[in-house]
Amino acid sequence: MPRLSSATYLEKFRKEILDHREPNKPCVTICSGTGCHAYGSEEVFGGFVKEIQRNGLKEKVDIRRTGCHGFCERGTLVVIFPEEICYVGVKPEDIAEIVSTTLIENKIVDRLLYVGDDGNKIVRESEIPFYKYQSRIVFGNNRLIDPKRIDDYIALGGYSALAKALFKMTPEQVLEEVKEANLRGRGGGGFPAGIKWETTRNAPGNTKYVIVNADEGDPGAYMDRSLLEGNPHSVLEGLIIGAYVIGSHQGFVYVRQEYPLAVENLNIALEQAREYGFIGTNILCSGFDFDVKVHRGAGAFVSGESSALMTAIEGSVGEPRPKYIRTAVSGIWERPSNLNNVETWATVPLIINKGADWFTSIGTEGSKGTKIFSLVGKVNNTGLVEVPMGMTLREIIYDIGGGIPGGKKFKAVQTGGPSGGVIPESLLDTPVDYDELTKVGSMMGSGGMIVMDEDTCAVDVARYFLNFLAEESCGKCLPCREGIYQMLKILNRICEGEGEEGDIELLEEIAGVVRDFSLCALGQTAPNPVLSTIRYFRDEYEAHIKEKRCPAGLCKALISYYIEPEKCEACMICLRNCPVEAITGGKNLVHVIDQDKCTKCGTCLEVCPPRFGAITKLSGVKMPEPVLQGAEVIRKRGGKR
Amino acid sequence: MSEVTLIINEEEVKAKEGMTILEAARNAGIDIPTLCYHEKLAPYGACRLCTVEIIRGQRSRLVTSCVYPVEDGLIVKTESEPVIKGRKMLLELMWARAPGVQPIRDYGMRYGITGVQAIRDYGLSAPKTKFEIEPTFCILCGLCVRYCAEVKKKHAIGFIGRGTEREVVFFPEIAREECPNCKECYELCPTGALPSHYALAEAHHST
Repeated sequence: MPRLSSATYLEKFRKEILDHREPNKPCVTICSGTGCHAYGSEEVFGGFVKEIQRNGLKEKVDIRRTGCHGFCERGTLVVIFPEEICYVGVKPEDIAEIVSTTLIENKIVDRLLYVGDDGNKIVRESEIPFYKYQSRIVFGNNRLIDPKRIDDYIALGGYSALAKALFKMTPEQVLEEVKEANLRGRGGGGFPAGIKWETTRNAPGNTKYVIVNADEGDPGAYMDRSLLEGNPHSVLEGLIIGAYVIGSHQGFVYVRQEYPLAVENLNIALEQAREYGFIGTNILCSGFDFDVKVHRGAGAFVSGESSALMTAIEGSVGEPRPKYIRTAVSGIWERPSNLNNVETWATVPLIINKGADWFTSIGTEGSKGTKIFSLVGKVNNTGLVEVPMGMTLREIIYDIGGGIPGGKKFKAVQTGGPSGGVIPESLLDTPVDYDELTKVGSMMGSGGMIVMDEDTCAVDVARYFLNFLAEESCGKCLPCREGIYQMLKILNRICEGEGEEGDIELLEEIAGVVRDFSLCALGQTAPNPVLSTIRYFRDEYEAHIKEKRCPAGLCKALISYYIEPEKCEACMICLRNCPVEAITGGKNLVHVIDQDKCTKCGTCLEVCPPRFGAITKLSGVKMPEPVLQGAEVIRKRGGKR
Repeated sequence: MSEVTLIINEEEVKAKEGMTILEAARNAGIDIPTLCYHEKLAPYGACRLCTVEIIRGQRSRLVTSCVYPVEDGLIVKTESEPVIKGRKMLLELMWARAPGVQPIRDYGMRYGITGVQAIRDYGLSAPKTKFEIEPTFCILCGLCVRYCAEVKKKHAIGFIGRGTEREVVFFPEIAREECPNCKECYELCPTGALPSHYALAEAHHST
């Protein structure tokens, strides 16, 4: 493939690709994102290749391995175009039937369709509620392209925004467009990208850098990963446009080593983009030079912080620097360096192509466009969702996420990862908006959204995040290193039933100092999980401390399992299943749990037949006196109760 | 370099542009506590004790005085209520790691952290103040590491580990060549813990 030497040639080339494609030719797309990969999408893909060949359909059907579709709960996802027939949970053994029924006979395989709440089966992907309420302007192309093939991206209009910027707009005009669009940073901070670009552009110095922050590290979050894996060119195109505005000729992608597929697809994309002349010298013969280096992270969460990330790119240990000069002015090797998150960069080409007016028509007053969230935890439809700013948390969790599984009650949703906070049910109508989420004590963050049900303990949630942060604090500054450690110790104590009067106040006191005195954003936001759980679930903290009771029944030190003698039918099931042989009893003898042996794994509760319901979880109450060894079961006549 | 005037604790202080608040304050005889600061070394911003409050219009903000550059008309409060509250907590946290170590004891007295005045036993037998004593005796101020790197340019000593696992170690391969005739870092160590780190490295290396 020769280098594309002008914008006209790019358009001609795009037309050629499209001319070679028949819009009505069936195309089987197999989601190959990380979630589906874990389900075995590679075998599904291999199976389709073989089966299609075996049926002599090789010339009549296209097969494409695509990026993540988002509905990870139901992988492996297979969508057949042009009808957009969506099969969920596809296994290698389903392939022969799909090929013979759908590809040959043109019929639907009913059993592989998504079944809605009302029991109706849904054929088209876009009609599945999970997708129906989303606005997938950034993430949507993932499902249409093979991330390893640049032609797929070009076919969908890829790099046309770059050509427009280079040939039809001055850097100033592009900057104005991005500023007018009020694109705010998708990595968490929400700082306006255009203003950041302008700072770096106006900063003195000839050498400037642009950087993609792909050091996504929040527990449960994988939006950036899936975007970089599934549509790497969209990120690169945004980056090149940013470089053009700023006057940078060298870019970096800082990507986690733990994201092997993202690294692989990114490197392939770079190679192809270089070959086509989208990066390198004299891009599209515009006279603009720009190249990109991939820098793989070494597994430290703090390296996502801008100054730490830049220190890491310089080759030192990724630790934050205490500077009051912005990295936009003095970053990598003290040169002006503009850092934006993966999603922010991927949004740029859309703004250039469709205009700031279009972009600002989506969203709220202060937050424009869409945001990708990774919806995980106790929710029916886990996966990646992209919604317009302003959609409420309730709509995301119930309309898209399908509510809470197992008929359990919703308790809280955690946004913003370890830097964010929990939002309780009373605030479920809070819209997704940078400022609104901050107001309720959480934050937008990079897009993690962890749903929690009634079985989740608020203190334990705070403990979980603090434990993560204690491990990830670099240890450089004192309040973050020692303050998080001491808060974690208190939380551990509370969960162990050893909480003391005054612990909540001490937590708040330490939290305030860690927030105000820490060196970088990791420490400054670290107290949020503690403060927000205290703010909304103070009663739970108090129950742990004063009554030694865990209201959610989760903290092992505060619960016990008890067999109610009058309900026990001596069926021996719990006795046999107890992994530590803590249950005594026998045929016709009431079963009793030896509390000293019990490890509180909950197996007995799970296996006790629901019609007996003899086992209960107790917390904060005195254990009833055990029945005498050898007490016989009292059965009513007729056996059944 | 042009001169700027700032107000520190309601006192007019003149400073050269490019100076930090800490430098300007100390030049004017106003003491701001520090543990990781050293005039020969680049500011490090790790101990956070030098945090001060600055006021611009209606807004006040806590900043690190060892790195924050002076500005004309800047209002600085080095001992305001939030500053003192934070410093007390920082010292309490540090006390748990390096109980009784001289500078922490001195600052502890100055800011009145829990019970420090009453304590006569220091070191391992020091009583618990706000937090349980779990001594490491190193406060990770990094003076030794930075001195070796920035002044001596030897890099014989460095940090390993993260969070509370972070520790200072001598790298035996470099240390055995460079350290026997230097040991200038020993004098910088505010806790006196450094020689034992060196002894450990020596012991490890000889086994």
